[in-house]
Amino acid sequence: MRDVAVVGVGMTKFGEIWDKSLRDLYVEAALGAIENSGVDHIDSMIVGCMSGGLFVGQEHLGSMLADYLGIKNLPASRVESACASGGLAFRHALIEVASGMSDIVMASGVEKMNDISGDGATYALATAADQEYEVFHGATFPGLYALMAVAHIEKYGTTRDMLAAVAVKNHDNGALNPNAQYPFKITMDTVKSSVMIADPLRILDCSPITDGAAAVILTTVDIAKKLGKPYVKITGSGHATDTIALHSRDDMTTIASATVAADKAFKMAGKTIKDVDFAEVHDCFTIAEIMVMESLGLYAPGKAGEAVLKGETALDGKFPINTSGGLKSKGHPVGATGVAQIVEIYKQLTGQAENGRQLKSNPKVGLAQNMGGSGGSSLVHILEVA
Amino acid sequence: MYSARDWREYPRRYRLEAGKCKKCGKILFPARLICPKCGAREFETEMLPDTGKVLTFTVIRTAPSQFTDIAPYAIAIAELTNGVKLTAQLVDCDVNTVKVGMEVRIEFRRVQTDAYSGILSYGYKFVPKWY
Amino acid sequence: MGKVGIVGYGCHLPRHRIKVEEIAKVWGADAPSYKKGLMLREKSVPPPDCDTITLSVEATKNALRRAGGINTAEIGAIYIGSESHPYAVKPSGATVAEAIGATPDIHCADFEFACKAGSEAMFVCLGLVKAGEIKYGLAIGGDTSQGAPGDALEYSAAAGAAAFIMGSENLIAESIDTYSFMTDTPDFWRREYEFYPQHAGRYTGEPAYFKHTCGAAEGMMKKVGMKPADFTYAVFHQPNGKFPMRAGKMLGFTQEQMEPGWLSPTLGNTYSGASPIGLTSTLDIAKPGDTILMVSYGSGSGSDGFVWKVTDRIDEVRDKAVRTRKLLDENLIYIDYGTYAKFRHKIKKNA
Ligand SMILES: [Zn+2]
Repeated sequence: MRDVAVVGVGMTKFGEIWDKSLRDLYVEAALGAIENSGVDHIDSMIVGCMSGGLFVGQEHLGSMLADYLGIKNLPASRVESACASGGLAFRHALIEVASGMSDIVMASGVEKMNDISGDGATYALATAADQEYEVFHGATFPGLYALMAVAHIEKYGTTRDMLAAVAVKNHDNGALNPNAQYPFKITMDTVKSSVMIADPLRILDCSPITDGAAAVILTTVDIAKKLGKPYVKITGSGHATDTIALHSRDDMTTIASATVAADKAFKMAGKTIKDVDFAEVHDCFTIAEIMVMESLGLYAPGKAGEAVLKGETALDGKFPINTSGGLKSKGHPVGATGVAQIVEIYKQLTGQAENGRQLKSNPKVGLAQNMGGSGGSSLVHILEVA
Repeated sequence: MYSARDWREYPRRYRLEAGKCKKCGKILFPARLICPKCGAREFETEMLPDTGKVLTFTVIRTAPSQFTDIAPYAIAIAELTNGVKLTAQLVDCDVNTVKVGMEVRIEFRRVQTDAYSGILSYGYKFVPKWY
Repeated sequence: MGKVGIVGYGCHLPRHRIKVEEIAKVWGADAPSYKKGLMLREKSVPPPDCDTITLSVEATKNALRRAGGINTAEIGAIYIGSESHPYAVKPSGATVAEAIGATPDIHCADFEFACKAGSEAMFVCLGLVKAGEIKYGLAIGGDTSQGAPGDALEYSAAAGAAAFIMGSENLIAESIDTYSFMTDTPDFWRREYEFYPQHAGRYTGEPAYFKHTCGAAEGMMKKVGMKPADFTYAVFHQPNGKFPMRAGKMLGFTQEQMEPGWLSPTLGNTYSGASPIGLTSTLDIAKPGDTILMVSYGSGSGSDGFVWKVTDRIDEVRDKAVRTRKLLDENLIYIDYGTYAKFRHKIKKNA
């Protein structure tokens, strides 16, 4: 396998982007990444998108997006793993470059979620769960994470304040991210008094409905060096699945797919969680961030919530999590999220994070964890300074 | 909903038919072609028991389009007396009184109604076990 | 052919109730006079996920529990009597048969004769068993009936179902004989595509309910050579609390004979389920050797009469499933008119 680097990144502003279509958003992010990297061409592109079909009625995205990117006959694939589609696109780009099949591949993700009603978006997102044995009965995505939250609260005594602290911390970070959908701070009281969506999760425990796209350029470390732009090395990649239905799992308080994906990524990188300096994790709901922190081995089961409350994962904490604002504040255009996480890791490792959210600790190793469904899939990537 | 998709699920939704692995005894709901525990491919049909207890639950207050008329409604994962876990609505009770550990019974109910003229989809729901 | 009769019986009722006062308040009606006039205090209401099919399935499961492990594949006929079949075209019985594993060797039809449809199902199942055509027949009477908003019927139109497995062995109650009485009497009807039934006011009384109920009861008693005093219990169709009591007293029955099957004061009118559910609550307390007269009534109009003789097996099976009185009296959920209107799809919404 060849050593692979990320050599440039691009993303759109995340949010309710009324005047831009799926293709416009995508091309904006893709051109940004290509220009940022300094490459004069790409050999192929991989697009992560959860549901072009349900959100905007468009499938065959590889073809359409390569066409609008203006690159005739480019090999372009679309991959899907629900909300982990972006992470999966990144992994496939990595495999393609590492294997020697291509030298320069763009990993990208896009989702245009605001062209349908709220009910419709709830329906589209729920297609990531088991249609016949969960969704048929009225389960929703917030509902499935709420089921995990209640189980976690029951088992570990996780509190309302711990959940709220995740949202507050991520908004603190997102307030410094110019691309964030909600770049402002919120208070514990605002979270705790916001409207209930699926008990105990309130609207401010949930990531929003977002339009947006992100793209990164992967190439060999050798080519990256020649380009003369800042680059970071991809040293670990792990991918794992779990049962599609939450009720099929032995333990509903942990994300086993994240644990297994992380183990694989650490093994590949020759590192442990102790070697990692900061992470972007999939905080689609506040409880998800807490469960993922525990599933990655960063904290013992039941101990993550307290660490968030204590500020251990804040920007100036001992292990900053979601410096970008996370899905909660930055926004969650589902197919783009996994790639946007890589954008943030790249910026932090190359000292390019905006508005004072650059970590002062001079981080060397970052981790990105992207998750599909109720944890039915997870991607973990480890990136290091060159 | 196209009715064939609903019809295909009748054995599970109407009669709670599960598959019991002939080799390792694992009970799968729904039945599958291959046992995830031991890899065996032979199963016998077994009916799930109709009582169990709530392992976890939530109250859906923002519902998908098919369920907006009945929101807020409780969804629970219950463990049945034979250890099988499944997800369903928990009805016939004040949603604010649902508790982990609550005993439930399975009843046959209408689960989805396809607008005013489409197919009616029936299946299982949990109700509090009060007798 | 030997004896035929009931092998298993069961009832199912929704837990939701609405009080007469709650309905009267909305329409500016005088609740005390309605309660007195109808002898009815409250009625059952089906939640949005309950309909004739779901009530029938649950009632049937209770009947199967009391039938003591019969093979459902041996049920040769299923008939559901109802005026609220969920589909205008698509049999309710097919879903119920599928739910209990009784398909495909089974004859199935949905019956309709206003409130008499349930007893028709019982009548036909008994006949087929007696003829030796089937081993077991499943007869169900159930409804989620609708009364037009503000109409007198709105105070009584209720929901519930009773199921009976008819057979010729291991009887709980033997069918001694049956008798039917029917004329064309236009007291109550619902035209195709109409949502609510209409009725002819006081004409539904003497020339309709009383003539047919009493006619069937008298004809039945004459046919078997019995008089009111010979029966332990009597169950009549109960569109409200008042009519069955009055009919029974006109015929010479005492309040004590009718009390166990007289559920309408707190259940309302379950239409096709009414006298069948009354029979289940009577069987719940009956002793071996007791005799029960049951007379249904359906507008349009006709009545079916049955004479049942309870066997020793009743003591063994009555508590293998929940008793009807328990479903009627315990763990109730009272709802207001707004919830009731939402449950019963009385509110106009955007499609
Ligand atoms: Zn097995």
